[in-house]
Amino acid sequence: MNEETKKTIYRNMLRIRRFEEQIFEVYTAGLMHGLAHLYIGQEAVAVGVCSALRDDDFITSTHRGHGHCVAKGGNLDQMMAEVLGRVTGYCRGKGGSMHIADMSLGILGANGIVGGGFGIATGAALSAKLRKTDQVAVCFFGDGASNQGVFFEVMNNAAIWDLPVIYVCENNQYGEYTATDSVTAGDTIADRAKPFGIPSSVIDGNDVITVHEAAAEAVARARDGKGPTLIECMTYRHRGHHVGDPGLAYRSEEERQAWQAKDPITLFRGRLVGEGVDATALDEIDNNVQKEVADAVESAVGAPYPDAEEVTQHVFA
Amino acid sequence: MSSLEREITFGEAVNEAIATEMRRDERVFLMGEDVGAAGSVFKILTGLHEEFGSERVIDTPIAEAGYVGLGVGAALTGMRPIIDIMFGDFMALAMDQIVNQAAKLRYMSGGQATVPLTIRATMGAGRSSAAQHSQSLHAWASHVPGLKVVIPSTPRDVLGLFPTAVRDDNPVLFFEDKMMYAVKGTVPEHVEPIPFGVADIKREGSDVTLVATSSMVLVALAAAETLHGDGISCEIVDPRTMVPLDTDTLVESVSKTGHAVIIDEGCKSFGVGAELASVIYEGAFDYLDAPIARLGAMDVPVPFTKPLEDATIPNEADVIRAVRQTLA
Repeated sequence: MNEETKKTIYRNMLRIRRFEEQIFEVYTAGLMHGLAHLYIGQEAVAVGVCSALRDDDFITSTHRGHGHCVAKGGNLDQMMAEVLGRVTGYCRGKGGSMHIADMSLGILGANGIVGGGFGIATGAALSAKLRKTDQVAVCFFGDGASNQGVFFEVMNNAAIWDLPVIYVCENNQYGEYTATDSVTAGDTIADRAKPFGIPSSVIDGNDVITVHEAAAEAVARARDGKGPTLIECMTYRHRGHHVGDPGLAYRSEEERQAWQAKDPITLFRGRLVGEGVDATALDEIDNNVQKEVADAVESAVGAPYPDAEEVTQHVFA
Repeated sequence: MSSLEREITFGEAVNEAIATEMRRDERVFLMGEDVGAAGSVFKILTGLHEEFGSERVIDTPIAEAGYVGLGVGAALTGMRPIIDIMFGDFMALAMDQIVNQAAKLRYMSGGQATVPLTIRATMGAGRSSAAQHSQSLHAWASHVPGLKVVIPSTPRDVLGLFPTAVRDDNPVLFFEDKMMYAVKGTVPEHVEPIPFGVADIKREGSDVTLVATSSMVLVALAAAETLHGDGISCEIVDPRTMVPLDTDTLVESVSKTGHAVIIDEGCKSFGVGAELASVIYEGAFDYLDAPIARLGAMDVPVPFTKPLEDATIPNEADVIRAVRQTLA
């Protein structure tokens, strides 16, 4: 991987981080309706995976979906406007944080149902196979979703039909407010692919290069018609379940500090500097990203809400 | 029957309609349990697997949430799936895919997503199949914005409405009463697609409007024939689609007759009959000479044993009784 690609990866991780920080700001300032689930701490997963994808590949996302959308090429102005319910948003204000989609980029939608992307992603993979393209579909899902029954149904489908789908589990240790290991049988979520004959692995989800390499291998396999892969990325959600949850009551200070020390962006920056990348160049990337996000907030705040007559539009095509 | 007309069964009409759409558009494929070489548990899909092969007529595992979900994803990404739910009761296993995904993706995405998905599901009691293989659950689908709901009563309507379903860019639930698969009907040599939201007057009359759906149209036709002998003229309106609903034809017919009896095989309470009655009250109240009568399945799980099962479904005698009461 050349230096430019690495800088792009760094930039995209920062775009997610700064975007999410601003989401918290607009929420705190009372500019946002409802809630949002912040992706801070998990940036290496979305960026590592999506950097292995083509524009015409598909992803399905989750309720904690901003990171996936940014990493697949989503437009920050349209994302911020959507979170703020504006007509200039991706979904004209009808979806909000949990339903951002960009069909032109293969982003088949964040999803408010835990495990809601399983069927859609696997169906997109079936579609790619039937249409005889070499597109692949990535299904991002959380540790919590790994206990949904439909997970097992679609793994079976993907395995029997060798579908080009990659199941990317983001194990951030908590399903909402409940520790994953207290409600999840077995040693790993990756193990759940084994009975289906689906190759799987557990990787460091905070190391963006590790994630990228695992994803690239799975994508190559899928494009080659060899079927699905499951990758379990161990990571951590720095913030609470959503913007209104400080995330303190059910997680120890020690645990939070330990994961903070493994912050994926800090780690990757250190790696780049260690490889000789000029730190001021990285600072400049950050400055530019912060400006891009600030502009997104400014344009979203200034944008109108949808007109009342839009409420009945788009129920049907 | 003119020389260009044919007589085929309801099941043959379903088969022909699927084959025609699959020949017309290679994006159309059929997926479900036992739809392949077996030709479905009802044997109505015979020949499709032979003609189109395993890639377009796909046997699935018995896992409804999974394969209905795959249908949603395939529809979102350029295919036009026909998904077979063997018994409509099994919709329950796939309700998240139907209700939270298929029905809402277009709206939630602000019009970006298109979900051209046809879900075929059976309905109807009368086969001694007991409570988990006999329900008529079209009211469930009709209650969810974003789904279109088709409930045909004749082979001709199947041939006309099914292509409309497959060519529609929205999720469509197509309910087939399994008790009608063997029922024959006359169809023209060539049937043009029938638009949704257009009710069909199955029999013209002047004294009372019978609004009937699916197999209850056959019950209403039989009752109307008997009542005709007594000098009572029944008009039978078949809405054909619940969503969209042709409210104008319902209101016009009842405005003419002044009386209405609604017959639907879903459970009576909170069923589509209540909606149909409300539409008539809202549009034709001033023309009504008597309260609307509403017949539906009894509010019980469908029992197994034939005498009890038969008691749960509206029959010809029930319709005749309701008509006489409303005209009394």
